[in-house]
Amino acid sequence: MGVDGIGARVARKEDRRFLTGKGRYTDDMSVPGMKYAVFVRSPHAHATIAGIDATAARAMPGVIDVLDGRQLLADGIGNLICGWMIHSKDGSPMKMGAWRPLADKTVRYVGDAVAIVVADSVAEARDAAEAVVVDYDPLPAVTDPVQALADGQPQLHPEASNNLVFDWELGDGAAVDRALAAAAHVTELKIFNNRLSPNPMEPRATLGIYDAGDEHYTCYTTSQNPHLARLVMSAFYNVAPENKLRVIAPDVGGGFGSKIYIYPEEIVCLWASKRTGVPVKWTSDRTEAFLTDAHGRDHVSTVKMAFDAGNRITALKVDTIANLGAYMSLFSSCVPTYLYATLLSGQYDIPAIHANVRTVYTNTVPVDAYRGAGRPEATYLLERTMETAARELGLSPAELRRTNFIRSFPHQTPVIMNYDAGDYEASLNAAMAAADWNGFAARKAEAEGRGMKRGIGMSCYIEACGLAPSAAVGSLGAGVGLWESAEVKVNMVGTIEVMTGSHSHGQGHETTFAQLVADRLGLPIDSINIVHGDTDKVQMGMGTYGSRSGAVGMSAVAKALDKVEAKAKKIAAHLMEADESDIVIEDGVLKVAGTDKSVPWFQMALAAYTAHNLPPGLEPGLKESAFYDPANFTFPAGCYICEVEVDPETGRTKVVQFVAADDFGNIINPMIVEGQVHGGIAQGIGQALLEGVRYDDSGQLLTASYLDYAMPRADDLPSFVVSTSNTPCPNNPLGVKGCGEAGAIGSPPALINAITDAIGNNQLTMPATAEKVWAAAQAAN
Amino acid sequence: MYQTNYHRAASIQEAVQMMGAATEGKYLSGGMTLIPTMRLRLAAPSDLVDLRRIAELKGIAVDGRSVRIGAATTHEEVATSSALRAICPSICGLAGHIGDPAVRHMGTIGGSIANNDPAADYPAAMLALDAVIVTDRREIKAAAFFTGLFETALEEGEIITAVRFDAPAKAAYQKFPNPASRYAMAGVFVARRDNGDVRVGVTGAGSSGVFRHPGLEAALSANWSPDAVANVTVDASDLLTDLHASAAYRANLVRVMTKRAVAAA
Amino acid sequence: MAKITMTVNGRQVSGVCEDRTLLVHFIRENLGLTGTHVGCDTSQCGACVVHMDGQSVKSCSILAAQAAGSSVITIEGLAQNGELHPVQAAFKAHHGLQCGFCTPGMVMTAVDMIQRHGSALDEATVRAELEGNICRCTGYHNIVKAILAAAHEMGGARQAAE
Repeated sequence: MGVDGIGARVARKEDRRFLTGKGRYTDDMSVPGMKYAVFVRSPHAHATIAGIDATAARAMPGVIDVLDGRQLLADGIGNLICGWMIHSKDGSPMKMGAWRPLADKTVRYVGDAVAIVVADSVAEARDAAEAVVVDYDPLPAVTDPVQALADGQPQLHPEASNNLVFDWELGDGAAVDRALAAAAHVTELKIFNNRLSPNPMEPRATLGIYDAGDEHYTCYTTSQNPHLARLVMSAFYNVAPENKLRVIAPDVGGGFGSKIYIYPEEIVCLWASKRTGVPVKWTSDRTEAFLTDAHGRDHVSTVKMAFDAGNRITALKVDTIANLGAYMSLFSSCVPTYLYATLLSGQYDIPAIHANVRTVYTNTVPVDAYRGAGRPEATYLLERTMETAARELGLSPAELRRTNFIRSFPHQTPVIMNYDAGDYEASLNAAMAAADWNGFAARKAEAEGRGMKRGIGMSCYIEACGLAPSAAVGSLGAGVGLWESAEVKVNMVGTIEVMTGSHSHGQGHETTFAQLVADRLGLPIDSINIVHGDTDKVQMGMGTYGSRSGAVGMSAVAKALDKVEAKAKKIAAHLMEADESDIVIEDGVLKVAGTDKSVPWFQMALAAYTAHNLPPGLEPGLKESAFYDPANFTFPAGCYICEVEVDPETGRTKVVQFVAADDFGNIINPMIVEGQVHGGIAQGIGQALLEGVRYDDSGQLLTASYLDYAMPRADDLPSFVVSTSNTPCPNNPLGVKGCGEAGAIGSPPALINAITDAIGNNQLTMPATAEKVWAAAQAAN
Repeated sequence: MYQTNYHRAASIQEAVQMMGAATEGKYLSGGMTLIPTMRLRLAAPSDLVDLRRIAELKGIAVDGRSVRIGAATTHEEVATSSALRAICPSICGLAGHIGDPAVRHMGTIGGSIANNDPAADYPAAMLALDAVIVTDRREIKAAAFFTGLFETALEEGEIITAVRFDAPAKAAYQKFPNPASRYAMAGVFVARRDNGDVRVGVTGAGSSGVFRHPGLEAALSANWSPDAVANVTVDASDLLTDLHASAAYRANLVRVMTKRAVAAA
Repeated sequence: MAKITMTVNGRQVSGVCEDRTLLVHFIRENLGLTGTHVGCDTSQCGACVVHMDGQSVKSCSILAAQAAGSSVITIEGLAQNGELHPVQAAFKAHHGLQCGFCTPGMVMTAVDMIQRHGSALDEATVRAELEGNICRCTGYHNIVKAILAAAHEMGGARQAAE
């Protein structure tokens, strides 16, 4: 390993521009003639539109134009779609209701876009947006998913009776029922997984530029996957042909899933740019972000877990209702199905599992993937159930888990997944040692002396990431392949540019991807540039989500590097009159093994381009591309232990210690991996303690700003104790598994298990606000 | 934000004149509440008269145990005043926990009191300290000043110039913050005079704004100790229920914060 | 519309804007200094923190007109002669940033915090003082570490100079 190679704690190459205010985010973009957009949005959760009158608004100072959904429809712009087909257990396809980028007949959630105002300034656009008169006929609304399924409730889409999008199942229900009937013990629990708003700190923004000369469109946007945005906007929304649409996702200030999707605003700003003849920029404010960014989670489940007399799990039965909001967002259907139910085996050897999932329309913003996407819901359900079972069975939480761990690999679960490698006991042991589990009783007694209730809780999570083998996801309904592509270009003087379809919006790819190249070629990291986020520069890509950039994106780079190295060796062998099989690449030099003959990397590169002395038949140049399609998912896993102190007088919970022991496979940059875990844990603690989207019964969003939606702050959190004990992933060239989501997946149950341990009451829902904990603690007394 | 006209006053007199000329003007001090409210288009003053640079509104004067704080004195200045800390550390502690550092650098005591946000910290202290609100026209006892949610006794165009109070023998402020906004979900300022008189000012919890709690005051006048609070009933029916906390929970918090404030005083 | 003059990063600048223009928009749009960000509408997130007359302030909650005549330092004015400020360097060394969006406000807040507390800063104080700055990426762990390291280094440097 070189100083900048794989495994080194390399300080990030991208940091300097962010630290000096030179980051370039979408809202920082400015082009000549650019104008500003504000959207007119529905104040009603459910209403029909009788008419829109923009006459007064059009006459206001600075206004270029006001455009609405009828014009959008007339111009042939298509509906927003969900890209993953799920069939109900009766074989019928999911019921996808029409989602217009600008609603023309019906609005279905507060914030649904109705019209766009383009003006000289944001302030003038907002002034005019208030003057657009929309004649709404309000309809009754429903926001609760359980209620929405009942008879006689408001119906959102004609296709979906009782608002049911699909009723899907996985696993062998009959086998589960037999095991439940024969069980020595059954643990039953009702589980709520609270609805969250992703809240990347950079609000969404887009700049649409239509060039009438070339009939070409450019879209700057806050996207995790610009190529996917281009695909969807051209193939489905009819905005522009793919070859006439350039999508650029420059610096992006966090995503956490919410910037995977293509939202109405990108489509409408591009279209509006053509209609008005000016570049159109829109930047969300925070309230708009709460109203319109896809939310996450929002499950209601019942669970039954069966045990035999030896405390071994014999079956798991899960029934889940998942709220999808008013429309089906791009990947909304796969989150509560193939990213959720397939992980219900957790780290445990469970012979029979059955999950039934019903997804529901409600008059709320669409729900889609948020950090972890389905896997946090599965982990929370399973690990709350394990903790509850341990308490009911009178076992220590660690003992019950050890009894049921999967110990040999590969392991085929009853819910599709085939785990390739892992050592769950190693993580458990590491976490318990780091948390000083055995010293807890003394700490609890000490806290009691101060009038505080101390509790400890654990969570053993597994997730499937490295999304994903294309044929496998295709067979499950995915509308796209989930490969990644990369291109490695060696410049004439030997410096390197890597074009990758992965997108970095905080993950540090400009450093880690360069570390891979530095490691392979022994070149200084500063001679390597990572290029991403621009469909004109990067050949193809599927983007960043599902902890896939290392396992899939870097594997594509590795594959392209294989080709570059092979050709470089041919050229060097020819220059040195050696056999190419004898050439080795070390420290930026191509050497003939066992001799003192060598050619520096830059000289080989120059030779590739001067082409004066190449092997016969070899093309000049040195630039190779590759597509990598993973052979399997990867399976990061680990054990998290949380210790809390609850103030019984106020119910306030303080997280006093949080330990994470993860298995991420091989590690490229430990510093960056730790950062990912820290951030994930903070989001998990946020879900467990603070965050929760709330709508009132009429569909008004109550948590529409940071005054009402509690974001984790520095003083809500402790410093974290993180470590890894790694089993390399056998299914990709780098042996990496992925680390981006683990923290958010593993932490919520550890926290709730700790609080319920502290207060002696297992009845507690997330977010465990001070009032809820106070009330639960009172009830336990 | 809607259109507005900004004016910067150099003196109180000029500020009053500017306000007189405005159709629907508002005084602007630190602006830490007003500007965000205007950003959200929830307020639309035609004119803003900036008081922040008026020298006569600034400064902290301590004379024996009597205190005068100029209305345009920032929370940071109050929090870090060593003269004030020497005789009334509770008010410094309160000021040092309003908002965040950047807000404390701009926000002022006069602005906070004039706005009378039902979850603001200063009004609870003003009541408990039996403070006098000094304006360009008169002096108003705190008890008569805070008249309801965002409502005060200030007349049109009237400017708070200072607050005055005598430092109590013992005092402290404890608040339980709303986890999202960090405003007080319940904040209690307790103050005890040498003569045993106790006042308890409560913010964040009342359904009609800041208030004094006679039951807690009576109990603490009789017995100045944290335990004295244990048997006092805090009537939840006068308290606020919102997204973040029920009235019953707020009633509990008022009692607990009182107890802790007495312990800290 | 009014013409506004102030000192930004040591240079006197002027611009014409509406009275309702916020300082952050004046900085971003009139001056083209886009390092100062807007992350919320309610002055909670702190992405917009700059220094005005030597103190940290939220430029999203101040009118440009209020700041006229003041001296403002933005994130662009912190590094001197291409050399990162010790706080910037500490954020880099300790991986105190990920997506970078909250970073300018975090750094400006940290510089102000260290100015007021010096090397006496401890973890609890740093966490309390960060109440007005929200980061969604880092869980604050490495931000706290970076600020403590910078405070230590700057305090040490100050001592050495004395």
